[in-house]
Amino acid sequence: MKKFLAASALASLALVSAIPAALAGKADDTLNIVWERELENVDSYFNTAREGIIVTRLTWDGLLYRDPKTMDYVPLIAKSFKWVDDTTLEFELREGLTFHNGEELDADDVVFTYNWVANPDSGVKTQRNVNWIKEAKKLDKYKVQVMLKEPFPAALEFVSGSVPIYPQDYYSKVGPDGMGQKPVGSGPYKITEVEPGKKIVWEKFDGYMKDGPKGTPTIGKIVQRTIPERNTQIAELLSGRADWMWRVPADQADRLKSSGKVQIINEETFRIGYITMDAAGITGDTPLKNPLVRKAISYAIDRKAIVDALVRGKSQVVNSACFPSQFGCESDVTKYPYDPAKAKALLAEAGYPDGFTIDFYAYRNRDYAEAMLNFLSQVGIKANFGYLKYAALRDKIRSKEVPMAFMTWGSYSINDVSAITSHFFTHGKDDLALDPKVKELLQKGDTTVDSAVRKQAYSEALKLIAEQAYWLPLWSYNTNYAFSNDVDFTPTSDEIPRFFTASWK
Amino acid sequence: MLVYTLKRLLLALLVAMTVSAITFSLTYLAGDPAIAMAGETASDADIEYIEKLYGFDRPIVVQYFEWALNAFQGDFGQSFYFRIPVADLLLERLPVSMTLGVSAISFAILLSIPLGVLAAMRPNSLLDRLALGISVVGQAMPSFWFALVLIVMFAVWYPIFPTTGSETWVHFVLPTIVLGYYATPAIMRLTRTGMLEVLGSDYIRTARAKGLPQHIILFKHALRNAVIPVVSLAAVQFGFMLGGSIVIESIFALHGAGYLAWESIGRNDLPVVQAVVLVFSLFYIVLTFLSDLLNAWLDPRIRVG
Repeated sequence: MKKFLAASALASLALVSAIPAALAGKADDTLNIVWERELENVDSYFNTAREGIIVTRLTWDGLLYRDPKTMDYVPLIAKSFKWVDDTTLEFELREGLTFHNGEELDADDVVFTYNWVANPDSGVKTQRNVNWIKEAKKLDKYKVQVMLKEPFPAALEFVSGSVPIYPQDYYSKVGPDGMGQKPVGSGPYKITEVEPGKKIVWEKFDGYMKDGPKGTPTIGKIVQRTIPERNTQIAELLSGRADWMWRVPADQADRLKSSGKVQIINEETFRIGYITMDAAGITGDTPLKNPLVRKAISYAIDRKAIVDALVRGKSQVVNSACFPSQFGCESDVTKYPYDPAKAKALLAEAGYPDGFTIDFYAYRNRDYAEAMLNFLSQVGIKANFGYLKYAALRDKIRSKEVPMAFMTWGSYSINDVSAITSHFFTHGKDDLALDPKVKELLQKGDTTVDSAVRKQAYSEALKLIAEQAYWLPLWSYNTNYAFSNDVDFTPTSDEIPRFFTASWK
Repeated sequence: MLVYTLKRLLLALLVAMTVSAITFSLTYLAGDPAIAMAGETASDADIEYIEKLYGFDRPIVVQYFEWALNAFQGDFGQSFYFRIPVADLLLERLPVSMTLGVSAISFAILLSIPLGVLAAMRPNSLLDRLALGISVVGQAMPSFWFALVLIVMFAVWYPIFPTTGSETWVHFVLPTIVLGYYATPAIMRLTRTGMLEVLGSDYIRTARAKGLPQHIILFKHALRNAVIPVVSLAAVQFGFMLGGSIVIESIFALHGAGYLAWESIGRNDLPVVQAVVLVFSLFYIVLTFLSDLLNAWLDPRIRVG
């Protein structure tokens, strides 16, 4: 027994001495960030995750950059830009830029990137980011023109976010798979290590442009790790092994904040929730075809109460089928404040004095959905609730089996109504309203360059959507960011954390 | 014995093939892989484009046989999601699950067999009650909760162990305890019952009468016999642990094969799901096959039957 005790004492000693020192943040100039999602590929053209956008902004630059505060488009790789005509953009490039591997960045790389992504054979995953591009042309070493397939006023938004410039020599040699494993960009941070889905390591790129709109990075090293379990993330944050996490649920955020060990900042996001209703009768004969019923549903749900009790943070009730800051998002539309008596009256007028039963689906925020079910049942609408994975629900909607669903849309963080309203109301597979007038107005807005005309068209379309109650827009989402007291970090409403502007306190 | 072995082997192969065919069709029925791959923000055009690109528009039978033929040659195809060969992904993730499985089963055995033996030696004593208490708690406590408690204690209050990662053996300490503890009650109870039964049998009385020392009776004569059903049970538990624990792997961010399988199902990453299920079922099949052989070797009656 004595021997055993001695042996176990020895063993525990060995154990303690073998423990690696906790990963320090500020002390070794390394920002440890954690998130939940396994990123499929760091090559931004081959992932669809928001985390992918974060990686892209950190590692690559586009021709332009959208200032997250003013929402203006400012030159980044470009020195200046102008519209030559409705379908031609001209860019003059900064001189002396290089990629992380030392390759010079000039017109050849820009033209290569644009032409490569514009070709559907390249396999770019999010086609809508690039399918507006016809081709790019080199005018001289620092001047290029990008031709559009048709007038597309939101093009600047995509130029500034979704089309990072790739190094021609390197990319044509290694292709998407090589880029996924050993990425090379020209952004403020260079990737030095990738373990697919698990870990990405960046180092500050010393050759980065000095006077660019993204600023000059100050933190030396950034290490991202994927931790699927949120409680584990919080434990890491509290024990100092992680310096930054996001999407902290509201109740845990309160507790973390009161611990005083970390900072919590809440910021609204572009994502909005909505209820889509089968106004066109795609799923068969449904009460939802009657506008009175859709209006009744809109009056029946107390969105403000759900925002105050569950969504919380900086979220607000939205009334129009878009995020308020988006270009063309008309806020002066028909509103449906909580009024269960009116809802009941409308139902009676529509011929359903005792309500009816309907299938209702959701894929996230089960608690919000259940609150809505409760409000609906109070006016006599009984919902058969189905909670599915996103892919399964979208599949079901597209195969015309869903009369009513609680969905959300993040607009790819694009600050333009075309990224949301036009996506859903131009008779695509997600359109349950199929209103020809709305479609016509939205398409006019999507293809006109004159911003006054666009605004007018979108305004009319959004008013019509609200007036007909095709959607019940619910609320904007918000994100809680939690990070170490040593870190100075400012979140933005486009939900793209910019670590290149973060610094140590 | 040879005929018996061959028979078992053939059966094992048939099971493996059936499992793969069933999973292939089930995962396919679960949802359109193109929608999952295109992601939450995809448009119709994106989805149709992906359907064509990956050949989802071909008949499912054609897709299955193409896959099975390649898998037989060790080529599991490319992960739809990660765009890297599935074989590479498995080679990277399996060792983590294996390490965790082996250490957890070792922990479980080292904890539960001595406890079971001690409990059987003094039935209804304080020691027995303690062992019973340990097993009841292990049975009743959800492992995710236990994992979080350990994290709070040993990573937040007393930062002794790392919470996440799989770089060194220290990273495996907490997950091993959680996963191993989960298997402890069954093994311990079975050891205790077996020991009680054996200790009451005639040959043990004979051994005692011969004046053999207590430890020789216990470990040489009694435990050897009592432990046979325990070995079969441990083999099944081991198979379960090798399969990786989704809960444990995600809490400790271990990035093993179990978590990979779980995530891949959500992403409709068919090649990965197929390969993981095939590999896991092969684990089970091999373990069952081995335990069948072991039993046959121990007990000649099985061979004939």
